[in-house]
Amino acid sequence: MGDPLFWHRLQFGFTATYHYLFPQLTMGLAFIILVLKAMGLKTGEARYNDAARFWIRIFGINFAVGVVTGIPLEFQFGTNWARFSRLSGGIIGQTLGMEGMFAFFLESSFLGLLIWGEKKLSPKGHFGAAMALWLGSWLSGYFIVATNAFMQHPVGYTLLPDGTLQLQSFWAFLMNPWAHVQYAHTMIASVVTGSFVVAAIGAFWTLKGIHGEQARLNLRVGTILGLVFSVLVAFPTGDLQGKQVAKHQPITLAAMEGRFESGPRASLTLIGQPDVAQRKIENPVKVPAVLSFIAYGTFSSNVRGLQEFPEDQWPQNIELLYYSFHIMAGLGTIMIALMALAALLLWKGKLDGNRPVLWALMLAFPFPYIATTAGWAVAEFGRQPWLIYGVLRTVHGASPTVHAGHTAFTTLGFAGIFVVLSALWLYLIGREIAHGPVSRHA
Amino acid sequence: MEMLWFWLVSVMIAIYVVLDGFDFGAGILHLFVAKTNEERREVLGAIGPFWDGNEVWLLAGGGSLFLAFPKVLAAGFSGFYLAMWLVVWCLMLRGISIEFRSHVEDRLWRAFWDGTFAVSSILLPVLLGAALGNVLRGVPLDASGYFGMALWTNFRMGPQPGILDWYTLLVGVLVLATMAGHGALFLAWKTAGAVHERSRKLAGPLWLGVLVLWALATFATYTVNSGLFVNWQKAPLAWLATAIFLGGLGAVFAGLRQERPLTAFLGSGAFIIGILAASAACSYPVMLKSTLDPAYDLTALNASVGQHGLRTGLVWWFIGFPLAIGYLTFLFRFHRGKVKAAAEGEGY
Ligand code: HDD
Ligand code: HEM
Ligand code: HEM
Repeated sequence: MGDPLFWHRLQFGFTATYHYLFPQLTMGLAFIILVLKAMGLKTGEARYNDAARFWIRIFGINFAVGVVTGIPLEFQFGTNWARFSRLSGGIIGQTLGMEGMFAFFLESSFLGLLIWGEKKLSPKGHFGAAMALWLGSWLSGYFIVATNAFMQHPVGYTLLPDGTLQLQSFWAFLMNPWAHVQYAHTMIASVVTGSFVVAAIGAFWTLKGIHGEQARLNLRVGTILGLVFSVLVAFPTGDLQGKQVAKHQPITLAAMEGRFESGPRASLTLIGQPDVAQRKIENPVKVPAVLSFIAYGTFSSNVRGLQEFPEDQWPQNIELLYYSFHIMAGLGTIMIALMALAALLLWKGKLDGNRPVLWALMLAFPFPYIATTAGWAVAEFGRQPWLIYGVLRTVHGASPTVHAGHTAFTTLGFAGIFVVLSALWLYLIGREIAHGPVSRHA
Repeated sequence: MEMLWFWLVSVMIAIYVVLDGFDFGAGILHLFVAKTNEERREVLGAIGPFWDGNEVWLLAGGGSLFLAFPKVLAAGFSGFYLAMWLVVWCLMLRGISIEFRSHVEDRLWRAFWDGTFAVSSILLPVLLGAALGNVLRGVPLDASGYFGMALWTNFRMGPQPGILDWYTLLVGVLVLATMAGHGALFLAWKTAGAVHERSRKLAGPLWLGVLVLWALATFATYTVNSGLFVNWQKAPLAWLATAIFLGGLGAVFAGLRQERPLTAFLGSGAFIIGILAASAACSYPVMLKSTLDPAYDLTALNASVGQHGLRTGLVWWFIGFPLAIGYLTFLFRFHRGKVKAAAEGEGY
């Protein structure tokens, strides 16, 4: 079955990518539900609570899948990346442990109250449960992102002669500047996902002409939040991510842009296909000097190309990196444009009647999912060939005693389980949408 | 400091077993003690608000192990590779069956998830018990600090055992019976009516079974790893732990006779904690014993990380732990009293 490393990487990437489809909606909806509950509390209008109730049901189903797909990820550190865990557990174990203690306990304890407790709790109490869920899920995001940030940009450690990484400064590790930027970008992206989903449902109901008031409310909330957060995801946070990569992982930046040669006034490639063997971009459409500006803030800065670095430090999958980055940034631009148009129409009071834009909103909800998945591909493939950037190579991280056949088997097992989970998720979410925003046995 | 962390990790795992134990038990028994849809929903309603939080004790316990003794985690998880994934897949199926069962009003849909819930709840304690058996018996750790084990080899002992052999299976069955007994007492405490009656009636025979299996397993452990019993004589903590589990056992039977289910349930919790604490106290400082050579044992002393990491972890651990206990207390208070099946379209 070939190389065990190949299967370890495939399994981790596949299961992490799949997991993240769910938490991004959880974290986005947790925020939106909090906004709806706050509006309900402030205005006393029932429609906000009705909308919140609908989204809480969706949240519950999505959360369950997020939980069961998250558990295997935690295990993989030990099962598949034993050498990595052995060397760095004293550091990343801190954040992974804190995630359990501070985030997962909070989430799992208050989830039931949010979903089933509305009748038993006071409105303030129910708002409190929404708050706890939001806090828990966003804290969980921080701890896991801080863990990943350590792998992208290790700080706060000392390297012992036997290769073990020892914690030197807890605060430096926890407050890794890389983590701040990465966290802001990922959390904002999760609200983008949430807003697009909310707007899509609003558009769907409007187009069908059902649930009049709720359709309008969802459309409005989704569009307004969608515009604000789509802008924020690109600027300042996406921009900061780019600058951070340029500063600390210049090879990654060169690969993301398919840039082989160095030089000032570097141009930004909008479209084109990288040809790694020939070391050039086919059919490029370029904007001069913009890449220099994006990466370093002036049009004249030198941006180093891949040729400047030894080939054994290049990310192994330059094509994928290049396409992923361009898909993320391209979709980001399209999403801002769509939400700006929708918000303009909303402001003029014409959104309800504009069928083409409603169709676009209804069909656009996969965009943030695709952009987010592509973004993680950029981060994770860009980190290669390092597992901990500059410290530990991926080849030196895998479990020594696990055979390729075993990992191939478990990877296929996950593929099977995920097919079933996807079908269940679609079926149950579909039922909730068809059922609409009225409480079932009211 | 290493010793403290050894005990913190043990405490987290013991709490995990007590808490997830009662919802495993409910899963093992629900096909027998709950016959109608209403009754099944009563069982699910009793554990629904708790199961995910209970499972987080496993994650947080694993996190504590990871940060303090990464060598143990790395060796154990990769060495038990296939068994680990069986555990994880069962956990996944179980979670889904609890959460999704009552969403759809359909007999086949519900019957399917009831079955999945039962099967995964039965497999898990056997597998986790076998894991405990492996830790007590030892694994073929070599000089590299790793090992790799087949799921089973020839079911006999020896320097290259399989994950499942007669000894670890015996421990697995003991754990299965204990979880079933623990769950029966939980259901007897939290439910009323027919489920309560059936659980209460089942609890007696189940606990007699636990008693017999426990005696067998203790004897077997003596033949497999007599060193544990030598340590027992020297460790005052092990004496205390023994007192706790014997006292717990007494409380179980007393509670059953006097029809005080809460007493019995707390007794079974004490039994589980005591037995795990006794095992830990007798093993200390060994965390993963090598069947090849004692020099390869992973111990709390040779597998831990540096002092700064341990001290830092301690600070937030003592903030996080009371919080977790606080949420748990709040949840039990919020859901106090006997459960009733929720209306269709709501609850578990
Ligand atoms: C709605 C989703 C979404 C959208 C529209 C964008 N991103 Fe993004 N991006 C993410 C969602 C995301 C993410 C999933 O949140 C990632 C993955 C890892 C991370 O830190 O955030 C990410 C990573 C990521 C990285 C990689 C960081 C690394 O290597 O660690 C860069 C450079 C950017 N983003 C930059 C941008 C720019 C310039 C955008 C301009 C429009 C943009 N992103 C839009
Ligand atoms: C949820 C979003 C994430 C996605 C989609 C994702 C995706 C991936 C992918 C595709 C790979 C394979 C890379 C390759 O083989 O070239 C990978 C590897 C890996 N990722 Fe992530 N990742 C995510 C988050 C994280 C986080 C938060 C962590 C740390 C806590 C992490 C830790 C790892 C590790 C340990 C590996 C294996 C070693 C390696 O290939 O470098 N990932 N991930
Ligand atoms: C690759 C590393 C990752 C690991 C090891 C991991 C682990 C887990 C685990 C064990 C759970 C279940 C918790 C429970 O039982 O309640 C979970 C759920 C969750 N994870 Fe992850 N996760 C990873 C990636 C991510 C990333 C990158 C994010 C966000 C930035 C994230 C955010 C969440 C959230 C919000 C939940 C709550 C449940 C949900 O909505 O799905 N996770 N994760």
